Amino acid sequence: MAERRMVLGVIGADVHAVGNQILNYAFTEAGFSVVNLGVMVSQEEFIEAAIESDAKAIVVSSLYGHGELDCRGLREKCDEAGLKGILLYVGGNIVVGKQPFEEVEKRFKAMGFDKVFGPGTPPEVTIEALKKDFELLEAQA
Amino acid sequence: MKPVLLVDFGSTYTKATAVEAESGKLMGTAQSYTTVEQDISLGLEKALAELKGQTGALEYEKRYACSSAAGGLRMIASGLVPSLTSEAAKRAALGAGAKVIRTYAYELTEDDTAEIAALAPDILLLCGGTDGGNSACALHNAEAIASIDRDFPVVVACNRACARKCAEILTAAGREAIVTENVMPQFNSLNIEPCQKVIREVFLRRIIQAKGLSRMHELISGILMPTPAAVLQALTVLSEDLGELCAVDLGGATTDIYSITEGLPTKAGTVLRGLPEPYAKRTVEGDIGMRYSANGVLEAVGLKRLCSNADITEEQMTAWLARIQEDKGILPREPWEQQADFALAATAIEVGLARHAGEIEPVYTPMGLAYQQTGKDLTRVKQILLTGGALIHTGKAAELAQKAMATTFYPSSLMPRQAQAVVDRHYILSAMGLLSQYDRTLAKTMMIKELL
Repeated sequence: MAERRMVLGVIGADVHAVGNQILNYAFTEAGFSVVNLGVMVSQEEFIEAAIESDAKAIVVSSLYGHGELDCRGLREKCDEAGLKGILLYVGGNIVVGKQPFEEVEKRFKAMGFDKVFGPGTPPEVTIEALKKDFELLEAQA
Repeated sequence: MKPVLLVDFGSTYTKATAVEAESGKLMGTAQSYTTVEQDISLGLEKALAELKGQTGALEYEKRYACSSAAGGLRMIASGLVPSLTSEAAKRAALGAGAKVIRTYAYELTEDDTAEIAALAPDILLLCGGTDGGNSACALHNAEAIASIDRDFPVVVACNRACARKCAEILTAAGREAIVTENVMPQFNSLNIEPCQKVIREVFLRRIIQAKGLSRMHELISGILMPTPAAVLQALTVLSEDLGELCAVDLGGATTDIYSITEGLPTKAGTVLRGLPEPYAKRTVEGDIGMRYSANGVLEAVGLKRLCSNADITEEQMTAWLARIQEDKGILPREPWEQQADFALAATAIEVGLARHAGEIEPVYTPMGLAYQQTGKDLTRVKQILLTGGALIHTGKAAELAQKAMATTFYPSSLMPRQAQAVVDRHYILSAMGLLSQYDRTLAKTMMIKELL
């Protein structure tokens, strides 16, 4: 089986490094090959890393509330860069203030994200979702 | 007595240096003008004759040479993403002492391959993909390169998963292909030494022969490396004693900048971004120089700023640039001409340093002010070495460097600001790089004695 490679990072001007380290550890332990870009990552950096490492998923974190602005256009840029169909995940405190999660999820899915996770999601939940999505991709291949 | 002869075959000058290996004494230096059309051995014979005048007849124990003659080591670098493997490939080639004539990213097109055929590089460096990452690009490019009807060796330093396959495609087309380690095995980690070693081997085995330098064999025990690689080697050895340093080699057509330092952030709260920097880094500014590229300096900063670096009017500067265009060998005589040349040199150093060094920018985050650094922080580098005919012969090299470092035009640049200028008066850096291959300690002691 080929390595299940993903790109991980905290988007925008966000410097929350602890959660990023926890996710890096959890995903690596779960058997994924993680290209971790750390904090303050731009959309372009996510895309360039995915191209160069041939990753099948981009997992975006955001904790400071500006995620919605930072994530806009990521899917379109991926398409443009030839990363058609790459898995896009987003999670954390991704919007300003407290908003009903269903609405938030809807908005981010409309932006092209495959999975959206709210505040306080344990890594296990994301790992399960990733495994399922990778299996689907591998079945298609 | 153990005299050692060190020769630097340049494109315009052949320089010979004689060193006494037991005492570490510089016995003599000589240079002679050579043209590309002439047999390069003529230049060497003239330089040796001049050297003999200084030292008397000598039985040299060892003879080493480096070369940048016949255009130097002309390389093309290709990679996948411009800021990642393409940049890594370019850095690997520059650090190996090559002249990088073109860098490509992504898949090569028919136009690109036609251009490569026309450029006829000495070596092509094929990169792309991290290990286990993208292999489609490198495979496509190997096919594209194989289709080019030109014989040049290809160094394959791409994703290891497809490197062997790339080499097979190339050898099937009759091209020599040498597989080495990936320049970027993991994302954002630079691994350029194995690749540089291979480039040097190819240079020794194939390029020397192709450029008619092999006729030198009876005179020289071996041409060891391209000249810029020798300079980089000398600086690396010197930095073992002096600590972090920078160097500027200001030429007529290009300006080479070197830095031997990690260049890590010196300011608190700084996040480091981008591709890691090589500890010994070389960049070349192809548009910045004192004669052939004098107009490049003007284009880089504009007339007004160019004049602000010396006591001179815009009319005088324009007149001087016009005269340089007419005669590339011109030397300044009148005071105003010297001022104009001073402005040109100071600006060339300033632009070269600013492009070589990293940058820092403030980022306003909801958590407060943070800084983002890309490239090397050279602000605390203590020494800056100055070499190249244009600098050595002005007699004002140190003053020029101070002027360049005092510039206020690059507020976000992490260029050296307070480094002490050290002048390579006898033009020995490349010779010392060669000597260090023979005796590292000797080269180090001699450099410290000569330079400081």
